[in-house]
Amino acid sequence: MPAPAVEIDGLVMRYGDKVAVDRLSLTVDRGSITAVLGPNGAGKTTTLETAEGYRAPHAGSVRVLGLDPVRDRRSLLPRIGVMLQGGGAWSGVRADEMLRHVARLHRHPLDLDALSERLGLGDCGRTPYRRLSGGQQQRLGLAMAIVGRPEIVFVDEPTAGMDPAARRTTWELLEDLRGAGVTVVLTTHYMDEAERLADRIHIIDHGRMIASGSPLELTRGGSSATIRLVVTKPFPPDAPASLRSALGDRVDVTLLDERSIVVTGPADASSLAVVSRWCEQNGVLPESLTLGQRTLEDVFLELTGRELAS
Amino acid sequence: MSLDLTPRPGAAPFPRMVVAQAAMEARLMLRNGEQLLLAVVIPVIVLIGGVEGAKHVDLGLSHRPVDVLTPGVLALAVMSTAFTSLAISTGFERRYGVIKRLGSSPLPRSGLLAGKVGALLVIEVLQVAVVSVVGLLLGWDPENGVLGCALALVLGTAAFASLGLLLAGVLRAEATLAAANLVYLLLLAAGAVVLPISSYGAFGHVARWLPSGALGEAMRHACLDGGVAWRDLGVLLVWGALGTALTARTFRWE
Repeated sequence: MPAPAVEIDGLVMRYGDKVAVDRLSLTVDRGSITAVLGPNGAGKTTTLETAEGYRAPHAGSVRVLGLDPVRDRRSLLPRIGVMLQGGGAWSGVRADEMLRHVARLHRHPLDLDALSERLGLGDCGRTPYRRLSGGQQQRLGLAMAIVGRPEIVFVDEPTAGMDPAARRTTWELLEDLRGAGVTVVLTTHYMDEAERLADRIHIIDHGRMIASGSPLELTRGGSSATIRLVVTKPFPPDAPASLRSALGDRVDVTLLDERSIVVTGPADASSLAVVSRWCEQNGVLPESLTLGQRTLEDVFLELTGRELAS
Repeated sequence: MSLDLTPRPGAAPFPRMVVAQAAMEARLMLRNGEQLLLAVVIPVIVLIGGVEGAKHVDLGLSHRPVDVLTPGVLALAVMSTAFTSLAISTGFERRYGVIKRLGSSPLPRSGLLAGKVGALLVIEVLQVAVVSVVGLLLGWDPENGVLGCALALVLGTAAFASLGLLLAGVLRAEATLAAANLVYLLLLAAGAVVLPISSYGAFGHVARWLPSGALGEAMRHACLDGGVAWRDLGVLLVWGALGTALTARTFRWE
């Protein structure tokens, strides 16, 4: 049986005294899309960079295609593709020239015209890198990552700064890569991106793995729905407790900030009615009151007490 | 057009990667106006200005001004490319993540360095051609010192390139830009690169141990006397070894 695409075991990374990655373990199966999800500063990029061979682990081990990314760097590099979070090109280089250069470093590069067309880079081929929009730079970065026909691509925040159309193009390409047998590892702090693309999601926060599973496994969880209540004036201090006693103890009530509360649990239309009556009795005016299915956002909230996007 | 994404990884053969890298870097240097100014325009201005100036001001030179100044300007051209241009471009490559990006490509670091050296040589061939033609038009009449010139140019390039990379490796991009230009101006004025050490009085004894003075003297010795200036070449070799050792210890790729 071939080695897993990526195998990280007990990884620890520090910057000075600060622990960026704390005993993280995860396995990535070949031919899958895996999302590493977490807020900014969670340690996603650092983790990725150990797999790309940029940093040696301070403790623990990292294997990519069964190889040590630092020691076996030379034999591993041609087999992986890397999309950095930003930059990676000379400021005066033209987009097509940069892509052609990276292609020349590989033995069997993709057809450049087809690749540029696929990523919508055909129109900006002659444009110097510094004049490309953020989204175009991202797409060029993705093109550079896959032009060498790698077995694994590591993409760091692939759709940050992209418009919706470019995001869709990027997602479709990542799905096609998986279809062709390429392993895709991506970091993101977009829930919808992870939910749409990933076969497996690892949620990390403060350098620690806090949950792992398929999108379905993660969102199924214990509870099934959420109610979000946003009000016009700050809640009275005992609001969470009094709301919980009104709803019964099968639900969790989390105070997000002084004007919003999230209720997770077996919530339904009658719970909505209870919340609405509670507002009336406590002289609270709702700005919005919504019932929704449990999302990754809610999972993250339950695990950390914070919102991911903030 | 269909796109076959099936994995088929592999590095290009090493020589092909190095040629690609050298061609890319040389193209970018030639496209950059400031770099061209430094590489060709300033040396040509110094040469013409020096030869014309010597008609009005006695520089106390032992030979015809054009015969003394042309090899010195060739040395200046090498210094501007191998030191100043290389330091600045490498500093910004680090800043823009180019070196990091190439670090995850199949191109090994030795290939990146070889590519940079290749690009330097392309630019230097161009510089030597332009400066020599201008010199000949001004009446330059060199001795046949091809061996001495070639050794001086190669060792001078190695010494200055290692010092340029040292600078780019320890300073931020903007600081590299400022420092590389400042050092260039100081060496141009006081480093015995264009004018011989005999023009600097007592300071000449110091200047000859600088890489600029050693390169300038080696070039003048080769072009004026047709000889090989072993002591000056030795000085360049020591600077090159020192620069390489320090660069290897301090260079950060990100």
